[in-house]
Amino acid sequence: MAAKPFKVIGTRPIRHDGVDKVTGRAKYGADYSLPDMLHGKMLRSPHAHARIKSIKCDKALALPGVKAVITSADLPDLPDKMEMAGEAPVNLAHLSQNLLARNKVLYDGHAIAAVAATSAHIAEEAVRLIEVEYEVLPPVMTVEDAMKTGATILNPKLRNKEEGDKETNVASHIQFKRGEVEDGFKAADYVVEREFKTAMVHQGYLEPHNALAVYNADGKSTIWTSTQGSFAVRALAAAVCGIPETTLKVVPAEIGGGFGGKLTVYLDPIALALSKKTGKPVKMIMSRADVLKATGPTSGSTIRCKMGCTKDGKITAAQVWMAYEAGAYPGSPVGAGAMVIIAPYDIPHMIIDAYDVLVNRPKTAAYRAPGATNAAMASETVINELAEKCGIDQIEFRLLNAAKEGTAQTAGPPFKKIGYVECLEALKNSPHYKSKLEGPNRGRGVAGGFWFNVGMNSSAVVNVNGDGTASLVIGSVDVGGTRAAQAMVAAEVLGIKAEDVRPSVGDTESIGYTDMTGGSRTAVTTGAAVFAAAEDAVKQLKERAAKLLEKKPEEIAYEDGSFYAASDPSKKLTFKEVVAKFARTGGPVSGQASVNLRAVGPSFAATLIDVEVDPDTGKVKVLRATCAQDVGKALHPSYVEGQMQGGTAQGIGWALNEEYVYDDRGNLRNFGLLDYRMPTCLDLPEIETILVEVPAPGHPIGSRGVGEVNIVPPPAAVANAIANAVGVRMNVLPMSPPRLLKAIINKRSGSDTQIAAAGR
Amino acid sequence: MAKKTVVETTINGETVEFLCEPRESLLEVLRDELELTGSKEGCLTGDCGACTVVVDGRPTCSCLVLAVEANGKKIDTIEGLARPEGLHVLQQKFLEHAALQCGICTPGVLMSAKALLDRTPNPTEAEIRYALAGNLCRCTGYDKIVRAVVDAAKTLSSARAA
Amino acid sequence: MATVVVPALLRKLTDGADRVTVSGRNIGLVIEDLERQFPGFGEYLLQNGELKPSIAVSIDGDMGTGGLLDKVKENSEIFFVPAIGGGL
Repeated sequence: MAAKPFKVIGTRPIRHDGVDKVTGRAKYGADYSLPDMLHGKMLRSPHAHARIKSIKCDKALALPGVKAVITSADLPDLPDKMEMAGEAPVNLAHLSQNLLARNKVLYDGHAIAAVAATSAHIAEEAVRLIEVEYEVLPPVMTVEDAMKTGATILNPKLRNKEEGDKETNVASHIQFKRGEVEDGFKAADYVVEREFKTAMVHQGYLEPHNALAVYNADGKSTIWTSTQGSFAVRALAAAVCGIPETTLKVVPAEIGGGFGGKLTVYLDPIALALSKKTGKPVKMIMSRADVLKATGPTSGSTIRCKMGCTKDGKITAAQVWMAYEAGAYPGSPVGAGAMVIIAPYDIPHMIIDAYDVLVNRPKTAAYRAPGATNAAMASETVINELAEKCGIDQIEFRLLNAAKEGTAQTAGPPFKKIGYVECLEALKNSPHYKSKLEGPNRGRGVAGGFWFNVGMNSSAVVNVNGDGTASLVIGSVDVGGTRAAQAMVAAEVLGIKAEDVRPSVGDTESIGYTDMTGGSRTAVTTGAAVFAAAEDAVKQLKERAAKLLEKKPEEIAYEDGSFYAASDPSKKLTFKEVVAKFARTGGPVSGQASVNLRAVGPSFAATLIDVEVDPDTGKVKVLRATCAQDVGKALHPSYVEGQMQGGTAQGIGWALNEEYVYDDRGNLRNFGLLDYRMPTCLDLPEIETILVEVPAPGHPIGSRGVGEVNIVPPPAAVANAIANAVGVRMNVLPMSPPRLLKAIINKRSGSDTQIAAAGR
Repeated sequence: MAKKTVVETTINGETVEFLCEPRESLLEVLRDELELTGSKEGCLTGDCGACTVVVDGRPTCSCLVLAVEANGKKIDTIEGLARPEGLHVLQQKFLEHAALQCGICTPGVLMSAKALLDRTPNPTEAEIRYALAGNLCRCTGYDKIVRAVVDAAKTLSSARAA
Repeated sequence: MATVVVPALLRKLTDGADRVTVSGRNIGLVIEDLERQFPGFGEYLLQNGELKPSIAVSIDGDMGTGGLLDKVKENSEIFFVPAIGGGL
């Protein structure tokens, strides 16, 4: 770690791509066009669960302007098991079947066929002319319905290790155990046990999926696309289309939001297959309705959480049963949810059983700290109930039990240096917490949250220009200001200004392998790669300086923008002077690095929310919100604050309004942004941020990932605030006005507002 | 298929003529015909505001306007906000306040904000939030956007006073 | 001798023990030793001769990146944990 204070890191330069973004010049996926381009549209199932008996495309093909129609018959058979595609595990058969259904459709909106035509309007008309015969089957829409005896089975081939050869909708069961929970509960003075139901929600990125694909006659292809991971698209699209991976080049366009929903593929392989069939470029843009119906929302869930504590406020035991909706194919984030649900606390006895369950809903995808927000809604509200029973303040109770360096994580390994205590202290000392909250029906709630940061692979290249500036090429797609932050890392190491580094995001042929932008990894791992690449450049420049100063490279130091030999410090050369002579001292200077980080610091956050509840309508107004997050070392504080504010806003939407509403036939009713209700400007207050900096050990700058953990606490914090405001404990998400109003009325009339915890 | 119609309109101060099918929206024509891709497609149902342009002074979802309706109207898009001399104050403040992350909502937000400041030069924060309520942003939580608009309004006011 | 902390659902293979001692200078050899001591253990961890994609290894608190090649020290503490990736 740098011993001296940073010169560039921690400042707030204007982002390098800023002017393009505020003038509308920046090119997002749908802004790309090619001459002679066709337009693709998908046919999607109107049924939640059905066998496909036949597909007839002749009428569609006969429509003037239609050039091709494809179905799953046009895609190769892929193995039905978890395999590495690129660097990530995926079941390719499931992926392919999700993109174009084979034999069965498993959710409302499941794609069945795709059309390429000379205009988008003609393609849409042609889609309506495709005739499909269905045998409609009963839909299974909840984890309860999926897990009960005699449930309709979605995939007759699915087996899990525990049920042996039995047909099942339970794709997997994970368990974590420590100590003996029975002993732990015996030692408790207070025990709270609650059951929670959280609704399926969508990442809500404003830019629908898109892809522009060209399959050339020489077998080489290119896709321009909105994605968080160009190398992932390359691996997945190539696998689904059955072409060698590196014959495909993927160019990431600017991305209009992803939040985890753009880590997989939906349109890319389809556009590519259509291009292969027609010999022309094919452009596809997903409609908003299809985005909501048929991409990857995150799991709804049922969580039973039981925790016990002594009257002094020490948690002694935790027992959790959690079932998450995987959607049509296995892969909910229930494992991650299980690993975070009690992670912020030092609890001696615990057992967590987590189930991944198939239902007739779209295949879930990652959504910002996948699985964690559902989990925190359960654990962080139960914790508040315990705190209340003990008569201990909600932040104090968390401090009494907070995980520290050395505390065992849920899966076992001990935490290294972490900042949960610091976040809680920061919140306790915040102007928000110190302010009085007065007035009827107003309440204040706190919740904590934990999320991992993944390491994985990143590459970077730093090209030094003869005029003392540099260009930086990275593989990390920029979802919200990372290219500026990475330019700052390079500038810091090179000893130049952030404005003098020109960052760009490369494509899969112009930059070394880089894993997706997600998992809170960009600042940390790409930052480490950029750091190393810039150091590589500086090392080469030291050799050049040595030539110019007639010394040995080992003698050269670089400090405060000057190269000099320790033995003769009066003779200095500036960065610009050394760089100007590159042609005479050995040629152009480029630094390169590829990293796969081992030591990656996880993130903690604590969020404080004040609400006012309208007892006559159940509407909740968020009065004030403060998020305290351990960011390690903020590269560009404005964009770190932005991540915290954005995650908090999404969490508030998740808390109060967002949910998928399916009818009893399994059709999605709210497939538009009017009724899939995300927070508007008017729904939110200022969102205050406190950047806590407990540097991550083993990282050159000490940065932690910042993108995700901030979405974890808000729903629980809002629920705790509502309980504080009107004495009603909510155990469902969203806590929308009709539900909250019903709970308020029930409380007035004396009936129980809680769902009784189910037996096991 | 109905024959294409000629439409004459003013876009960002310039007279523009284009051909379009009756079923095409103004957003489609701006993006696909006129290559003004700054206005974005987010939902096509008028719920997200990413396609916001200003039509005869009113912020409007261009996805809800048929291109033929643009005949004889004055349309302002994001492409016309900056001047040859430089960025509009709003654009500059958005950059200084880091009021954008992915940037896809930014053109629409800027057009709504401009329309607001044109008719209400000194809006309160509540008025700003109300005026921008039709522009969804999923990345920022709106905080820095509102601060940028407040700052822009102040700067424009003092420039006028000077 | 290094220690492997046994995942909860595999404790049925180790007679309920949550910690077992193993020998081996890398994860591959440790897993071979686990299979020798507790037949069936390897099947949970391996696929096609490599660590299952859904499984990650923590050695002395650091996440391994070398799969079976990751080195194990004399007193290392080893955890097999679910891999957290970006999510696909």
